[in-house]
Amino acid sequence: MASLAVKNLSKSFGAGRIIDDLSFEVADGEFCVLLGPSGCGKTTLLRVVAGLEEASAGTIAIGGRRVDALAPRDRDVAFVFQTYALYPHLTVAENLAFSLKVRGVARAEVRRRVEGTAKILGLESLLSRKPRELSGGQRQRVAVGRAIIRQPKVFLFDEPLSNLDAALRAEMRLELARLHRRLAATMLYVTHDQAEAMTLADKIVVLDQGRIQQIGAPAEIYHAPANVFVAAFVGSPRMNLVEGSIGAEGIFIGEDCRFDLTGRGAELNRFAEETLTAGIRPEDFRIAERGAAAIDGKIDVVEDMGSDKFVHVNSAGRRWVARIAPEARLKPGDPLRLTAAPDRIHLFFRDRRIG
Amino acid sequence: MKKALLPFAIAVVLVYSLLPFLWFVLASWKSPAQLTAIPPEIVPAFHWGFYRSALTTYGLPGYIRNSVIVATATTVVSVAIGTLAAYALTRFHFAWLRFYLVVLLCVSMFPQIAVAGPVWRILDALGWLNSYQGIVVAYISFSLPLAIWILATFFKELPYEIEEAALIDGCSRPQALRRVVLPLAAPGIFTAAILVFIYAWNEFFFALIVLTSPALQTLPVGIALFPGEYTMPWGELAAASTIATLPLIALTLFFQRRIIGGLSAGAVKG
Repeated sequence: MASLAVKNLSKSFGAGRIIDDLSFEVADGEFCVLLGPSGCGKTTLLRVVAGLEEASAGTIAIGGRRVDALAPRDRDVAFVFQTYALYPHLTVAENLAFSLKVRGVARAEVRRRVEGTAKILGLESLLSRKPRELSGGQRQRVAVGRAIIRQPKVFLFDEPLSNLDAALRAEMRLELARLHRRLAATMLYVTHDQAEAMTLADKIVVLDQGRIQQIGAPAEIYHAPANVFVAAFVGSPRMNLVEGSIGAEGIFIGEDCRFDLTGRGAELNRFAEETLTAGIRPEDFRIAERGAAAIDGKIDVVEDMGSDKFVHVNSAGRRWVARIAPEARLKPGDPLRLTAAPDRIHLFFRDRRIG
Repeated sequence: MKKALLPFAIAVVLVYSLLPFLWFVLASWKSPAQLTAIPPEIVPAFHWGFYRSALTTYGLPGYIRNSVIVATATTVVSVAIGTLAAYALTRFHFAWLRFYLVVLLCVSMFPQIAVAGPVWRILDALGWLNSYQGIVVAYISFSLPLAIWILATFFKELPYEIEEAALIDGCSRPQALRRVVLPLAAPGIFTAAILVFIYAWNEFFFALIVLTSPALQTLPVGIALFPGEYTMPWGELAAASTIATLPLIALTLFFQRRIIGGLSAGAVKG
């Protein structure tokens, strides 16, 4: 196992710059998730780290050793592809053993490790099957097995769960978390699925348009998004965002809303009269008592998820989403008054978090 | 209605294509008297005399040997070079890939007569007229583009990620080619090999002008030269043609499943 350090990495294809001057580190044994929408450069970044693409600029070090000039096979990384990329002409056992055989590992040792890996992943009964005889979940397991049997320095995952159905995905997610705990391995994991990112990661790197938007622990990304992109991208349903400015007595005034910011500190005074963006997560809304309302709207749709209700509220043409306890009796068409605690309101100035 | 028509259509095509073949196979088994009988007798007497005389008097074994050597050498060289060329063309991001492939296709469709003169002069200058290497080189100029075309189409359909997995798993490029790409491309390679072999086995025109020495002539030329000034040995011609066809039938039947896989590759993903 080893740490991974990426410094000032850029990658261009023709005139298009896919990755723009990225730097981040993954500590030894850390599970780092690269999270971003499709086309943000996260898969390209992973491929550059693996050596499948050449970097246009910058350095990559694994365990303190520069690897960016090395061939993929000399970097000592394992890669789990989105499509699994199993060898279709080889059995499960041969797929697992492939990398060991290529490296000239002794037969007895190969057999021992194939058996050990199969046991970890519950593949014992499938060892003589060909990939085409396996289900999606089983193929996924073989792909993971092919990676762990090598005991590489760094594991690279490219959206490994995106081809599975929802139930299987949740199950494999748990299994990957367990596997990471068991192996204490350094992992770099690409996904656009925030549930995967939040549940698996020790650290999340949020990417958009080839640039890092924020690096932090899942809780930090969720509770203190660094900018409007991260605020809007992480969280489901997404954060309510509204433009406005701070008026007299520390009240944020938007087009159709007023948020009390009392107690948020003198720091905000600097931004008086500036155009700001306020963000409120759906779960931070409460139903307001008379007079204290921040938003005065009308219920449009109520989505009952069982554990919660997502209430979509219209006010002056804007749409808000609030997560309300399931006991509340709410009907479409009813008026609803919402408010939020001052410390639950995220504020952004020129796309940067403030306060 | 559709279901009833299909076997009928198949039967028509089969009869149309197999009738001449059937005719000379039957002829090869007839007795000399049956052969010229009027009205013709369909059912042969299963007389092996023509085979005996084709093999002994007309020197058929020598032609067979020459054909085997020439066709095998052409196939091995074309498929070996074709595999590497097609792999490089499809994997190393050639800007002009389509252009190359179209040019290759055009080259392989040149009428032979158009290049017969130059080919003869080149081989003459090399001293390769009447030699195996001379005819094989001439064949390769046609069979290699065909092989590259078939194999490039095939390689394009192989998911590149499987090779990338091999590269990360510890393979060098040549190792990835040998351990992963070639096994997966086997149906394409077999298809190319069979088509090239059939081409080289059947080719007549170049063989006729390049190989003038009977000791080196291949089956098509040898059989075509059976008739003497005053003789037309129909029975021996039929027997020799039957023998010449057998290897192709055997090859095709033996590799049938792989060829079908090769020809339909790319029709469906996966």
